[in-house]
Amino acid sequence: MSLLTVTNLEKAYASPEGSQSRIINVPHFEMDAGKQIALRGSSGAGKTTFLNLIAGILQADRGHIVVAGEEMTGLGESERDRLRAHYIGYIFQTFNLLAGYTALENVMLGMMFGTGIDTNFARHLLERVGLGDRMQYRPSQLSVGQQQRVAVARAIANRPRLVLADEPTGNLDYHHANEAVTLIREICHENSAALLIVSHDSEVLGQFEEAKDFAQVNCV
Amino acid sequence: MKKRIGLLFIVQRSLRQHALSTLITTLSIALGTGLVMAVIAIRAQSVSAFTGGPIGFDAVLGARGSPLQLVLNTVFHLETSPGNIPWTMYQAVQSDPRVELAIPYALGDNYYGFRIVGTTTALFTEFEYRKGVRFRTEGDGRFFDPDRQEAVIGSFAAQKLGLKVGDTFKPYHGLVFDESMQHDEQYTVVGVLEPTNSPSDRVIWIPIEGVYRLEGHVLRGSGEEYIARPGQEIPDVHKEVSAVMLKFRNPQIGFMMDATINKQGKVATLAWPIGAVMAGLFDKIGWMNQILALVSYLVVLVAAGSILASIYNSINERRREFAILRSLGARRKTVFTVIVLEAASIAAFGVIIGFIVYGAIFTSASAIVRAQTGIVLDLLQFQPVFVVAPICIILLGVVAGVVPAFKAYQTDVATNLTPIS
Ligand SMILES: Nc1ncnc2c1ncn2[C@@H]1O[C@H](COP(=O)(O)OP(=O)(O)OP(=O)(O)O)[C@@H](O)[C@H]1O
Ligand SMILES: [Mg+2]
Repeated sequence: MSLLTVTNLEKAYASPEGSQSRIINVPHFEMDAGKQIALRGSSGAGKTTFLNLIAGILQADRGHIVVAGEEMTGLGESERDRLRAHYIGYIFQTFNLLAGYTALENVMLGMMFGTGIDTNFARHLLERVGLGDRMQYRPSQLSVGQQQRVAVARAIANRPRLVLADEPTGNLDYHHANEAVTLIREICHENSAALLIVSHDSEVLGQFEEAKDFAQVNCV
Repeated sequence: MKKRIGLLFIVQRSLRQHALSTLITTLSIALGTGLVMAVIAIRAQSVSAFTGGPIGFDAVLGARGSPLQLVLNTVFHLETSPGNIPWTMYQAVQSDPRVELAIPYALGDNYYGFRIVGTTTALFTEFEYRKGVRFRTEGDGRFFDPDRQEAVIGSFAAQKLGLKVGDTFKPYHGLVFDESMQHDEQYTVVGVLEPTNSPSDRVIWIPIEGVYRLEGHVLRGSGEEYIARPGQEIPDVHKEVSAVMLKFRNPQIGFMMDATINKQGKVATLAWPIGAVMAGLFDKIGWMNQILALVSYLVVLVAAGSILASIYNSINERRREFAILRSLGARRKTVFTVIVLEAASIAAFGVIIGFIVYGAIFTSASAIVRAQTGIVLDLLQFQPVFVVAPICIILLGVVAGVVPAFKAYQTDVATNLTPIS
């Protein structure tokens, strides 16, 4: 069964001059449960916008997004928040950890608005990403790679059906980037979450059997 | 339930992250709360203590003049004496069947500022300062012998003067202490009274006869001057008293005596009822209390304003935090709730510390009231303001939180997720 179906999705931004510039026009995009897909696209192509639309953070102008059988477009904002909390985990390029909280607490915050806090699972996830001895560290006390692994653990904390990863390795060097992507893929697989990753890093994308050019998906 | 705990966790964390402004706003709320509660509680307790406290008398009969001065002078042992009335007036009211109790006071001397009041033993044997409660001496003390130079001392005066049974002292002339005015007569302390938490605690009681016989005292009870001589009995006509403290058999008698003494008579004043006379005083100085109350309300308002301002100012730097929480599935109203809860928690902590501030203000104020009047205000006596003020102030905190909460509520997720903004 299809986990994510996108049809005729359109999104335009108002440019500073006032005219509307269309960034997203996706006639059809589909993903099955548990699948892992990589999208390659150049900077400014609209990859982040696309993921934000799927996550319900942005409201589409037109078209349909169906996640786990629930039609997202047309829903009110707080309903989209609920869907995001329950079905989607998001890994950001800049990680977006909360500075005032420890690694463990950051993972727990990822659970708070969805399935609810499960401290044992949070610990398990941090151990899984190799941070068993860093749970009480704050983001500022962690290396960039370690922060990224906290972000990975947090994205999976809510047992999502779909993990969105936006340039998750952008801040890492080549060696660590590959390692990180491997970890993301494994952890998604272990938790039966599908993974949609966007990047412009061909090396990273090489790992995926299914890697598409974002330009083919997005026909602007 | 889990979610509520989670929200409080976020609230607690961000209060800690802004520890300094949290501390300052909490303390300002505490100050406001303490002030409001202290001003209102002290007023309520002093009004009830001064108008209906442990007074024990219904009325005071004294020289023609201000009833308020008469009451302050005799019941509260403050102020100067408006003058004397002849002993015969005392005898008249004392034999009046409508009068349950009449006790004469003769004032005019002090010992280191504590007043010496000449009176009869009826004060100890018949007078009840509180219903069913008479003066009692501590330990092995006793009441004075009306024919001797003996004194019974109120507990506060005894404590301050360091006088105990067996000690002797020489009174000073006048109601205000003046070193050069010491009498030669020596009095022996025979009893120290148990605390009554009333103005009597600040008084030194001696036999009224003793006041007449203090050297230099001139008696004008008959209109002519008379000076008592040792060993020689003083004729009643010459005796005079500063006031007669009265207790009536029933309240109607007050009306009757008020009519005969105050309205028809010209020589004396009946201060009755004592509570109403004092209530008049509080009405006169009521504006002062209103100003104090107003100031304390303003402090609360400023404190609530500082909650609003400090949280409001922190919203911009926290936009990314809100966006991240939103990206994790938090709703707009969750963010709104977090901010309102932050403001409410500051107000709530402030209120809790406010009780300590109240205790501090009340304790120092009541120490002053006690030293000045002998009346003891009770820190722990319940006042409705202890419930009303905290509720109102916490609600005010919630209101103060709404403005910054609305600003946080408007935070856009997508544009605030990137670190640039
Ligand atoms: N809020 C906005 N208002 C107007 N234009 C926007 C806004 N957000 C993004 N854009 C424009 O949309 C385009 C796509 O942006 P987006 O962030 O989706 O690109 P991207 O593919 O993720 O790029 P990168 O790989 O650099 O992250 C850009 O040209 C950008 O200028
Ligand atoms: Mg991007």
